[in-house]
Amino acid sequence: MNQPVNKDDAAQLAAKKARSGRNVALALGLVAFVVLVFVVTLVRLGGNVAHPH
Amino acid sequence: MSKIAAMTPDTVQPDTTETASWKDYFQLMKPRVMSLVVFTGLTGLLAARAPIHPVLGAIAVLCIAVGAGASGALNMWYDADIDQQMRRTRGRPVPAGKVKGEEAASLGVVLSILSVMFLGFAINWFAAGLLAFTIVFYAVVYTMWLKRWTAQNIVIGGLAGALPPAIGWAAATGHAPLNAWLMVAIIFFWTPPHFWALSLYVTTDYAKAGVPMLPVVKGAKETRKQILLYSLLLIPICLSPVLTGLGGPIYLAVAALGGAVFLILAWRVFASKAGDAADPRVADRALYEVTEDEKAAGSTAARNLFAFSILYLFALFAALLGEAVANVHALELLK
Repeated sequence: MNQPVNKDDAAQLAAKKARSGRNVALALGLVAFVVLVFVVTLVRLGGNVAHPH
Repeated sequence: MSKIAAMTPDTVQPDTTETASWKDYFQLMKPRVMSLVVFTGLTGLLAARAPIHPVLGAIAVLCIAVGAGASGALNMWYDADIDQQMRRTRGRPVPAGKVKGEEAASLGVVLSILSVMFLGFAINWFAAGLLAFTIVFYAVVYTMWLKRWTAQNIVIGGLAGALPPAIGWAAATGHAPLNAWLMVAIIFFWTPPHFWALSLYVTTDYAKAGVPMLPVVKGAKETRKQILLYSLLLIPICLSPVLTGLGGPIYLAVAALGGAVFLILAWRVFASKAGDAADPRVADRALYEVTEDEKAAGSTAARNLFAFSILYLFALFAALLGEAVANVHALELLK
């Protein structure tokens, strides 16, 4: 049965939901950071990769 | 008792941090302050009128925003004891018990390092240095020292909130000339009348929390005088970008008309009895009575100035931003 039977269960459920939300936000933040570093690297390199000399 | 000891578990409410959502952590970054910082930083970046790759420009603004958010989180960690005693701030995540103080501090430190390093590697180290200085000035010099020590706290501390346009300019060009510092000066001299107008109608809260704001230390009358003096100083500074070629005709109109309204509202505050009803210096109430009408009029005058000051700063920077984007030529009156 998924329904909380008392206050402790309800609190645990709320805590689990909040933790899950925090984890998703952190994961999205990290992915965004990786993408930003990648994009900045491309922009900073510009056409120099193709013409190193 | 040390500051840290004074604010740890005994004074903080029951632990409900298990149910803190990501929004509570976002609130630590003072999103409203962050939006103003983004706006002024972006204006500095575009007002420089220098070629910068749009992606790098966006990264620079993002770094400025995250740096501002980081210093906000550090401020919320350190000021939890003060925030808990003030109606305006007691709902913030740390005093409300939603987020632990040490988590706010960790978030602040991590984001500070990330934002400065990323700005340095992606854009340039001069802009990154200015951002680092801004964060340290706000979190350490203002929050940990000035705010609890002197009535000039928001005057000197205002420098931290004033620097984003210079960071934006530095990100675009690699240097910060006179025009960048004029934008800094506008925000710097705007801050005292803005915050003191607010403090005139929340004096009791600041007094209760032991924060030496000007109305608490010097009284409401002196505060009203200082508001008028700083407003008289502010308006010529707001007009000066027209002389240096930073602002054009739209900016001139906004600065002059808005400045006139600003001065009228500042005069009304000066002529009112705003803050007197809560001023403990008025010892003999029989000789100096503040009627309910005068109290209401004073409060309205202070609120009007506070609200208009936000609009004025926004309009000034919107004019600069608009002129930069539309490539409106400056008047260059000195040439």
